[in-house]
Amino acid sequence: GKSREAKERKAHFIASVPQHPHADDAMIPNLSALENHFGAAAAGSDDLGALFSADAADQLALEFPTCNDFDGFQKATKEMVNNKKGTTTLSFIFDKGVIVAADSRASMGGYISSQTVRKIIEINPYMLGTMAGGAADCQFWHRNLGVKCRLHELANKRRISIAGSSKTLANILYSYRGMGLSIGTMIAGFDETGPGLYYVDSEGARLKGSRFSVGSGSLYAYGILDEGYKFNMSVEEAAELARRAIYHATFRDGASGGCVSVYYVGPDGWKKLSGDDVGELHYHYYPVQAAPVEQEMAEAPSAST
Amino acid sequence: MECVIGVVGRDFAVVAADTSAVQSILVHKTDEDKIMLLDSHKLMGASGEPGDRVQFTEFIQKNLHLYQFRNNMPLSTAATANFTRGELATALRKNPYSVNIILAGFDKDAGASMYYIDYIATLHKIDKGAFGYGSYFCLSLMDKLYRPDMTVEEAVDLVDKCIKEIRLRLVVAPQNFAIKIVDKDGARDYARREIGGDSPATATATIATTA
Repeated sequence: GKSREAKERKAHFIASVPQHPHADDAMIPNLSALENHFGAAAAGSDDLGALFSADAADQLALEFPTCNDFDGFQKATKEMVNNKKGTTTLSFIFDKGVIVAADSRASMGGYISSQTVRKIIEINPYMLGTMAGGAADCQFWHRNLGVKCRLHELANKRRISIAGSSKTLANILYSYRGMGLSIGTMIAGFDETGPGLYYVDSEGARLKGSRFSVGSGSLYAYGILDEGYKFNMSVEEAAELARRAIYHATFRDGASGGCVSVYYVGPDGWKKLSGDDVGELHYHYYPVQAAPVEQEMAEAPSAST
Repeated sequence: MECVIGVVGRDFAVVAADTSAVQSILVHKTDEDKIMLLDSHKLMGASGEPGDRVQFTEFIQKNLHLYQFRNNMPLSTAATANFTRGELATALRKNPYSVNIILAGFDKDAGASMYYIDYIATLHKIDKGAFGYGSYFCLSLMDKLYRPDMTVEEAVDLVDKCIKEIRLRLVVAPQNFAIKIVDKDGARDYARREIGGDSPATATATIATTA
């Protein structure tokens, strides 16, 4: 709260530094009513040149893009850019452990920026994290969590519990709430108490559960997952359910795609089970069938005979 | 949408809350406990943003424990309500918590009591109350059917009528509810009202058995 107020004040302060080098010049129209919307535009065309000229050297080189409600602007921008979390990730607990699966597509708006992203992050040999939302935010805070978990291990001579590590992350995210982070993650793994699964997001939520899916494709994935989920399953069965759920999500959700990675975490730590291209999966699930011929070319009866 | 309901009887109080964790159109889980046992004789039913709800109720709970350790006696229900209100009021002008609270407790001298505390730090002592969209359906029902000398069974029956009405009339009605009770013997789980199970397969099975 305090720091945000201070930031807002600072932003306004920078904006109120004289923007018009010739403010008392009668030829320059008074555009003060336009300020606080967009610094450079408000300064007028004359000042745009001055921004880069030598006599403006003592001026600010770059206008601060201010607006009336800095916090609101930031939040709106964040929601506009990140709300979709263009991804599909899922995780569930079953009798043999935990399955974690995800797609591998990264998008920037409508542009696919990568098809080979590793969205399942290996925090330690017994714990995995999934990535949805801002890639940098997720990567940074998962690495940070990995460091904290390792330090806990060194200090206490035992591995941190899944509950403990997910709460560490949730508390960090809660402390940065409203400051633009975008993270939707699942912390899954095995500890002394058995399998553990938590959903943690940048709004500060932390939910314990046996089955979660996160990302823009999560609703499609839930459809498959809920329909096929049982507590008693073989590891192969569980992996296939996860793969199928991600595949169907990538089929319907444009922001998900690439490869489906499936991990299994058991009492002996995690193991990567598979990584399949969704295109190949598609033809595996739905082999091409020879279409019946609708019309065949036939020899036209000749008029001459 | 979140619903928290509370009723005070002669020597007990009942708090009921939905158990759904929802984000936009998605139900994350249907067994999220929103009624916290603050100490042996206090219940705190809370609704609001999930992060705030958990952080704030845990904060109040830990502070009550600290008070008890330091002074060898628990805080009374009234004192807890005023403490909670104070914390919300202090936070209100800095970094507000979006949580609405029904606080119920049992004290040896004062008996059962209940307080309504909302996120803008309003404090009311009440004997029946509700939060959320469900409150529009429940409050009138409770006004009509409530009596101060209700037994536990009658109060739970009233809560059940409220839940039934919510499920009947509220578009975004939550699936499951938890009911907890506090009386001279302490705060504890009382019952759960559930429709549907963990997956569609079991859901149809449970609906079939209740029908």
